[in-house]
Amino acid sequence: MAYDYEKSIRPGKLPHIWCPGCGHGIVMKGLIRAMDTCGLDRKNTAIVSGIGCASRLPGYLDACTLHTAHGRAAAFATGVKMAKPEMTVICCGGDGDGTAIGGNHFIHACRRNIDMTYVLMNNFIYGMTGGQFSPCTPTGAKASTTPYGNPDPIFDISKLAIGAGATFVARTTAAHPREIDKLIVQGIQHKGMSIIEVLDDCPTTYGRRNKFRSVVDMMKHLKANAVPIKAAAKMTAEQLQGKFLTGVLFHDTEKPEYCAQYAEVIKKAQGA
Amino acid sequence: MAKKVALLQGNQACAAGAVYAGCKFFGGYPITPSTEVAEELSISLPKVGGKFIQMEDEIGAMASVIGASLTGMKSLTATSGPGVSLKQELIGYACIAEVPCVIINVMRGGPSTGMPTGPGQSDVMQAMWGTHGDHAAIALVPSSVQEIFSETVRAFNLAEKYRMPVQVLFDEIVGHMRERIVFPEPGELEVIDREAPTDGPDTYKPYDSTKGQIPPLASFGSGYKFHVTGLNKADDGFPTTKASLVDAEERRQVDKVMDNVADIESNEEYLTEDAEVVIWAFGSTARSARYAVNELRKEGIKAGLFRPITLWPFPTKRTAELAVQCKAIVVAEMNLGQMIHEVERAAKGNCVVAGEFRVDGEPINPAQIMKKVKEVL
Ligand SMILES: Cc1ncc(C[n+]2csc(CCOP(=O)(O)OP(=O)(O)O)c2C)c(N)n1
Ligand code: SF4
Ligand SMILES: [Mg+2]
Repeated sequence: MAYDYEKSIRPGKLPHIWCPGCGHGIVMKGLIRAMDTCGLDRKNTAIVSGIGCASRLPGYLDACTLHTAHGRAAAFATGVKMAKPEMTVICCGGDGDGTAIGGNHFIHACRRNIDMTYVLMNNFIYGMTGGQFSPCTPTGAKASTTPYGNPDPIFDISKLAIGAGATFVARTTAAHPREIDKLIVQGIQHKGMSIIEVLDDCPTTYGRRNKFRSVVDMMKHLKANAVPIKAAAKMTAEQLQGKFLTGVLFHDTEKPEYCAQYAEVIKKAQGA
Repeated sequence: MAKKVALLQGNQACAAGAVYAGCKFFGGYPITPSTEVAEELSISLPKVGGKFIQMEDEIGAMASVIGASLTGMKSLTATSGPGVSLKQELIGYACIAEVPCVIINVMRGGPSTGMPTGPGQSDVMQAMWGTHGDHAAIALVPSSVQEIFSETVRAFNLAEKYRMPVQVLFDEIVGHMRERIVFPEPGELEVIDREAPTDGPDTYKPYDSTKGQIPPLASFGSGYKFHVTGLNKADDGFPTTKASLVDAEERRQVDKVMDNVADIESNEEYLTEDAEVVIWAFGSTARSARYAVNELRKEGIKAGLFRPITLWPFPTKRTAELAVQCKAIVVAEMNLGQMIHEVERAAKGNCVVAGEFRVDGEPINPAQIMKKVKEVL
């Protein structure tokens, strides 16, 4: 039997705004399956995003959804989670939203290790505004503001998250749909800051400028260059050139979670 | 039983007022001269089961405050000029999404880093027009430590009642001044809580204008699933570009304030009944102005003081009446002339409007106000 996505989607909110072939829809389906697997009560689940094509995702889902301002999802979500720790909090958004304008909130949410799951859709570009380069656009690539090729080096988002203190960090791609929900499930179940980076595609503003003839081409590229972390252990640095590691990249269950820490502050203040 | 009395700094009174009002969440970032508000709340909020978080910057602080408020918690941030500038985009977000919250601005000199330890009153137009787009604003300008307490309580009341951000602006002088304060007993000052929706989760619409000018806001995590966005939206909270819906929502959000000015307005008048000249001043400047009025009266000059406590919406009606009654209005403010434009607009040429301004980090003193009054009469 086909999977029933409808029950998680708000009545009347489809069709979505995404272009044909956009990877964000694949991620949304993965998120829906993951929320289902975890048996989340959507009345007690907040899904928080910033601004961008990826950030339009929460509007389609039947939950407490908060579409904020560009880059600010993690900070709004921190307020929600601090105020109501019993809620499940999920952030989602794009590479530009999360790591350029929102980079500061992103790293500090990781540092605090506040219990939320951030699904970051990295399509290597600012899709919504028409394809300007983001901190994740590969060096040399063409964007609407890099007519001579991108001079900027990139952020490795997962490494950034690990360095900043997130305690569950995983990466996969839109070409590995079943791994998306598997990792999001682990992220939701992990008590602390979980970052799930999903490499996906923007055929409209990135693909066509960078010699990808089709969406299939872009998917093939994601598939060909994804290296599961275990397999990577047996590969040389040379072999790993231009590849991206996938799977659970980091998992720490020791670091205290932020809301639990603050509960201790309350106890101390109240003289307990 | 004798009331609790203390010698308190303005910023501490602000924190105490917030707790009295039922504030349970503070998100902030340190900045002089507002920091004591945060320091106080880091002590007192966890004692009442509330939450205090020092965010990574003022934008994050504002975001956390809006997020917390959406779960139903009365929420506060406190900052000063540079921080208020950073918060502007999200103050607009709170306006359009209609999320109650309170923003304290302990004003210093500016622009930019300006004079961190000097007083200023130069953010008063920013309080109205700082964020982009059409919107209404409520801003309160207390002038004593006691009044900082009570106006902080009123700010929460107005935020919850009108479902919007409310700013409280006081200058560094009032923020750092120590004065005697009498703590109101619980129940002595009115405390307004957020109106709960009458509709159940299945039919609830967060912007349903058939529920009145200010539709009730449900809380995340209370059984209601709804959508909040900064995009123009229809009554169900989902984005729309339909002209008639956008227009109606934009107008409702301004009208909900402008149709209720009488409820939001608060002014103090001193010896204005027979005044030939009215000094129009607020915050710490009004304290000098009051002194000047007394001195001028001793010299036989019929002076009076008009002191707005609600600065926005602007007290147009009363300012206009005074302009008809008196020969001159002298606007004294620690900036290069901001509120004077509004006073001129309200006065409609019915009297002389003159300004006494100062931006050197020193307070406006009574002598300079008196000199100006004598010049214009
Ligand atoms: C303060 C602010 N600056 C700029 C923008 C314009 N803007 C909207 S979306 C966006 C980029 C989104 O890129 P990304 O987060 O990668 O999401 P995508 O569209 O690629 O899914 C930009 C620059 C904005 N909305 N707000
Ligand atoms: S512009 Fe790109 S990111 Fe945006 S919807 Fe289209 S394909 Fe997706
Ligand atoms: Mg992107």
